[in-house]
Amino acid sequence: MTTRALPIDPTPADRDRRLARQRLTVAILGLLVCLLFGLTLVLGQSYTPPADVARVLLGQDVDGASFLVGTLRLPRAVMLLLAGFCFGMGGVVFQIMLRNPLASPDIIGITSGASAAAVFMLIVLSLTGPVVSIVAVIAGLGVALLVYVLAARNGVAGTRLILVGIGVSAMLHSITAYILSSAPAWNLQEALRWLTGSVNGAQIEDAPPLVLALAVFGGLLFTQRRNLEALRLGDDTAAALGVPLARSRIAIVVAAVGMIATATAVTGPIAFISFLSGPIASRLIGSGTSLLLPAALIGAILALAGDYTGQFLLLPSRYPVGVITGALGAPYLLYLIVRINRSGRSL
Amino acid sequence: MTGQGAAPSARGHGWGRGNARRGLWLAGLLTLLGLLVALSITVGTRDVAWPEIRAALSGQNETIGQAAVAVRIPRTALAILAGAALAMAGALMQGVTRNPLSDPGILGVNAGAALAVVVAVAWFNITSAEAYLWSALAGAAFATLFVYRVGSLGAGGATPLKLTLAGAATSVACASLVIAVVLPRADIAGGIQSWQIGGVAGATFDRIVPVLPFLAAGFVIGLACARKLNSLALGDDLAAGLGENVAWARIAASLGAILLCGATTAICGPIGFVGLVVPHLCRLLIGVDYRWLLPFSTVAGACLLLASDVVGRVVARPGEIEVSIITALLGAPFFIWVVRRQRVREL
Repeated sequence: MTTRALPIDPTPADRDRRLARQRLTVAILGLLVCLLFGLTLVLGQSYTPPADVARVLLGQDVDGASFLVGTLRLPRAVMLLLAGFCFGMGGVVFQIMLRNPLASPDIIGITSGASAAAVFMLIVLSLTGPVVSIVAVIAGLGVALLVYVLAARNGVAGTRLILVGIGVSAMLHSITAYILSSAPAWNLQEALRWLTGSVNGAQIEDAPPLVLALAVFGGLLFTQRRNLEALRLGDDTAAALGVPLARSRIAIVVAAVGMIATATAVTGPIAFISFLSGPIASRLIGSGTSLLLPAALIGAILALAGDYTGQFLLLPSRYPVGVITGALGAPYLLYLIVRINRSGRSL
Repeated sequence: MTGQGAAPSARGHGWGRGNARRGLWLAGLLTLLGLLVALSITVGTRDVAWPEIRAALSGQNETIGQAAVAVRIPRTALAILAGAALAMAGALMQGVTRNPLSDPGILGVNAGAALAVVVAVAWFNITSAEAYLWSALAGAAFATLFVYRVGSLGAGGATPLKLTLAGAATSVACASLVIAVVLPRADIAGGIQSWQIGGVAGATFDRIVPVLPFLAAGFVIGLACARKLNSLALGDDLAAGLGENVAWARIAASLGAILLCGATTAICGPIGFVGLVVPHLCRLLIGVDYRWLLPFSTVAGACLLLASDVVGRVVARPGEIEVSIITALLGAPFFIWVVRRQRVREL
């Protein structure tokens, strides 16, 4: 995703055709998100007719379906959708800005930082509500700053940043594991949420902070999307194109960390969604168009499909979404390493 | 790290004085180890008065205090063995891969061993210590081969970044699989989840004795490889020119490392970073000659793990912090320090 050159369209007609194709891809992705969202609402352990689902969504009281759809499935689907958007968009921003698919927030420790902070607030201080999200965002930003500062020596090299991030991540992960293991009510389901991410027991009350985060930070990113595209070409080129480097980098990092940390405070660090979304989006879309929206859509698709698979396709066992995306993401990470190694390109 | 093997011969004229200095350091380390053993037996979650400690050491086991001290004896022995084994395994791996970031934890070897044990427990209902051991060794061997294979693909061979990433990805993949294997089995989940946070608490001599032959074999093989590792440090071509069978040297040293960390993981669970920190610190003290480095690392590793265990027992009274969490908190900053010290082109 980093080496691909800008598209060269021989004629304006070619450019129009490419843009039309890219728009079509985005539309198909959007449709897939809607389909999966609908599937989560309609088909669980039992089937609820779409008409009943629609009536529940409109606020009517339907016998049986109200509880099943309104209390169980809807919060779950909404949380997956929102968290998927946040992880997907936040992840691709890091990958573009650092020009390396491995520099995603779940590899360089930002998600682990937010997760450790959330666990600390919830279990040690017994706090709940918006303050958890706020502290998670601050912790995420703190980790981002820490990794950046530690990796900076005669300029930040991508490889060093990734290795420092892996180290920081290992430390934060062990803090999370310790807090969880020493918690009075040690419970595997709860622990799994904070170690790999889960939407079990999702409540619709958790949605507003995520919607707010998406609106605020998504809006901020939207204003920076051209600068982000320019940063993809390298710092020097971006500066030559008139991008205020320091200012737009800070805005971009704050926005991306804000999204990811808010989502992590609610669902836990759903494994590898932010790592996977960017490269998949880049594959499907190609270049010349902002990857923000496609990556967000793919994040939502991964979250919804991963959760549905974990819940209903691997019976008799049920797995939280993070186990499924983790099992999907780790081989892809290995594949990416193999491919990069084979091509002889040093990282 | 590069050119580390040149140092011993370059220091030829100061050989006698160097040896005296090393002997002094070794004596100092052994004294430290003795002090730590005393500390480990006397200090713990429960305060025990001196007469009771003396009574417990002479075999009495009547009061609660005496029983507490009696439990600390096998625990201390296990901490010494595990620390020595992990540190030597780390030194061997650093020698084999010529990679300053090698460590059984970072390279995913411990995670592979852990996965194999979990699979054996969940699917084959193993309970005996021997079966634990064999599955852990198989897992460690498989993970080592896999990570090294993936990490050394492509141009440049096994660079630290490639190996570290391959190890981190393998660790994550193993962790996902462990959860997937454990989740359907509520009966074993609690035990495995606490074993997954490696520690030396709850050690008994009954569990330690079966691994002793494996550890002994690992130590002997490791020490026998010292000269080969010195040759390997000069680079494959030069080592071959000196008459060393490079492939055989690698296989022998890797076998030693696998025996050591597989056996340790089987009883303690995965403990990271000891194998990274200790050899580096020892190099600062006594230089890069593996004939000295390996024995030094074993003693220093025992000191480090024992000290971490004592700290973990004292800082969180009335609870305890597992030793793997302490080593991660100490080791991760050290890892970052090593990364920062390397020049980018070496990463």
